[in-house]
Amino acid sequence: MVMLRYAVYRFFTMLLTLLVVSVLIFVIINLPPGDYLSNQIAELQASGQSAGVAKAEFLRKEYSLDRSLPEQYLIWIGFWPGPHGFEGLLQGNYGWSFEFDRPVSEIVGDTLWLTVVVNLAAVLFVYAVALPLGVIAAAKSRTWIDYTSAFVGYLGLATPNFLLALILFYYGHRYFNLPIGGLMDPSFEGEPMSWDKLKSILVHLIVPTFVIGTSGASAMMQRLRANMLDELGKPYVETAVAKGMAPSRMLAKYPLRVAFNPFVADIGNLLPSMISGSVLVSVVLGLQTIGPTLLTALKTQDQFLSAFILMFVALLTLIGTMISDILLVMLDPRIRYEGREA
Amino acid sequence: MTKHPDGRYVDDAPFDPQASIQQLERADLDAPNWVLVWRKFKTHKLGLISGAFLLLCYLMLPFVGFITPYGPNDRNGEHLYAPPQSINWFHDGAFIGPYVYPIVAEADLETFQWKFVPDTEDPRPLQFFCEGSEYRLAGLIKSDTHLFCAPEGATLFLWGSDRLGRDIFSRILYGAQLSLTVGLIGITVSFVLGILFGSMAGYFGGRIDWVINRVIEILRSLPELPLWLALSAAVPSNWSPVAVFFIISVILGILDWPGLARSVRAKFLSLREEEYVRAAEMMGASSGRVIRKHLLPNFMSHLIASATLSIPAMILGETALSFLGLGLRAPAVSWGVMLNDAQNLASIEIYPWTAIPMLPIIVVVLAFNFLGDGLRDSLDPYQQ
Repeated sequence: MVMLRYAVYRFFTMLLTLLVVSVLIFVIINLPPGDYLSNQIAELQASGQSAGVAKAEFLRKEYSLDRSLPEQYLIWIGFWPGPHGFEGLLQGNYGWSFEFDRPVSEIVGDTLWLTVVVNLAAVLFVYAVALPLGVIAAAKSRTWIDYTSAFVGYLGLATPNFLLALILFYYGHRYFNLPIGGLMDPSFEGEPMSWDKLKSILVHLIVPTFVIGTSGASAMMQRLRANMLDELGKPYVETAVAKGMAPSRMLAKYPLRVAFNPFVADIGNLLPSMISGSVLVSVVLGLQTIGPTLLTALKTQDQFLSAFILMFVALLTLIGTMISDILLVMLDPRIRYEGREA
Repeated sequence: MTKHPDGRYVDDAPFDPQASIQQLERADLDAPNWVLVWRKFKTHKLGLISGAFLLLCYLMLPFVGFITPYGPNDRNGEHLYAPPQSINWFHDGAFIGPYVYPIVAEADLETFQWKFVPDTEDPRPLQFFCEGSEYRLAGLIKSDTHLFCAPEGATLFLWGSDRLGRDIFSRILYGAQLSLTVGLIGITVSFVLGILFGSMAGYFGGRIDWVINRVIEILRSLPELPLWLALSAAVPSNWSPVAVFFIISVILGILDWPGLARSVRAKFLSLREEEYVRAAEMMGASSGRVIRKHLLPNFMSHLIASATLSIPAMILGETALSFLGLGLRAPAVSWGVMLNDAQNLASIEIYPWTAIPMLPIIVVVLAFNFLGDGLRDSLDPYQQ
């Protein structure tokens, strides 16, 4: 019951944060002078095409770009009636993309869940790699295993994501015949979900997952190793060893259990950087996630599209952080439920 | 000095076994903090080497024009995408000093690429302290003397040339000027903001603390890169490269301060209750003075260590932004801008040397990480 109350509390804080974030995003998007349509109108007027100007003027009214900024914001969110009543993010209307001349929801469509899939795969990869390696590096500290993993970890931290992507892509294709570019075979695009499509997606996921996850995994591994080393020096570990417990069982049962909490809590730090990475890597590898669309939208000042994508990315991060917070409370009985105010 | 019968030499001076111990302790007690830190830092070999390397890199920046054989935007239309040339010392078994073979471009009509064939019969020794393209030493003194340059009638592309026939080696060194300073400016911005907000939150507490804390939490929970992208997309495209450079470093700093502010705040919360702070307050010191004179010096060194650890993120951030075309733009030269050329698989496969700028990035980022680790370990000299 207390647990549930915490979850509800956490959910509402997330909504509040999201609201603040939406203001932030709206401000950033509107920083550049002018908007897509006023730029277009100026361009059309310069070349003397009055028909286009009329259409652009109409669109400006239609999407209330002629109103004041606070009003625009409220209409965009859906707190304020626009020309056609309440039609904002809250009502499920994501706006219009001027660059592609289609509704935003149609453009992002499929890419939304592919983004989720890519990031989820990367998170799983991070945990699958960092957990065993961190534990082994700590248990066998100051041996070649430790040094090798530390070296690889440092390299992973220092190599820019996108370069790793290019290089792995090249060699992956050359030596392992991994497919290049995209998240699925082109023939499956737009097809309904099927077994073959799923398989194609999985194969295409290998390189992106590896690239996005590497730096996160190295950071996570080093932190787990440090936590484990702290625990390994404690008397209870000595007792367990003296009792004659098998080392692997001893590690898993006591020190790992204690070192595991920060490991879970860390996802709050991990997730923002991984989603950042996935945007970058998607652009380089041409994945059909929201990354490339975001870049085009930002470059062309397509405000509704870029604002929606930024909101989505923020939402994804916030949900991930919330889940990790709730998980942590479930895992660690020592944590109090009433926030941190006390 | 006395010689023993068995051939050993022994010092005759009177020896007091207690003296050396006491002397050491005396010196330790009198030693200023930085001596202790330095003594401990010296044992951290990796950190020491990294620090020396970075120092060398930064000292080199003003003299880049002198070290490089070409200017950053010197084009060589005859040698587009020329592969790296090696410097040799011996020709036909005879020593003639450092020299290169001139390379000639030949069109390959099958692959439609230029093929560069070295003329191995014609060694041309490098020139030293020779005249080349004009540059400004440290941005001030005009000069055209270069440390070494290509021999007459030959080229010198140590790491190859790019798609416009510009020397990649020279461009990497010029790129270091921007890529290495971006982190410094960014960290300065982040440092100022972090200390300002962190100390305000920690010292005053109450409502200010609550607000700043929420802001920190929100900023930390957002993915950086999309926000960086959005902010840099807002930079007008008609600004000069220098202005763009400054604004990009400020953008990198603006999103980095929350981490620093959080640790500053935590330190303040614990130090605020110390007696010496109360004493200063009793004597009528203003809050600004207490913060600056009594509190900040306590953990300045820790802040410097954590700043060192966050410079790499900024260097990587600049690289990523420029790589995507939203950061620095040509004609500015930075490592990210150079990598923009290596953006597709084809160039990596056919012209692998266009990806060389990634090596300095990796090395510098690693060096900053090691230096930061070393500093962090040695900043508390009293802890064993």
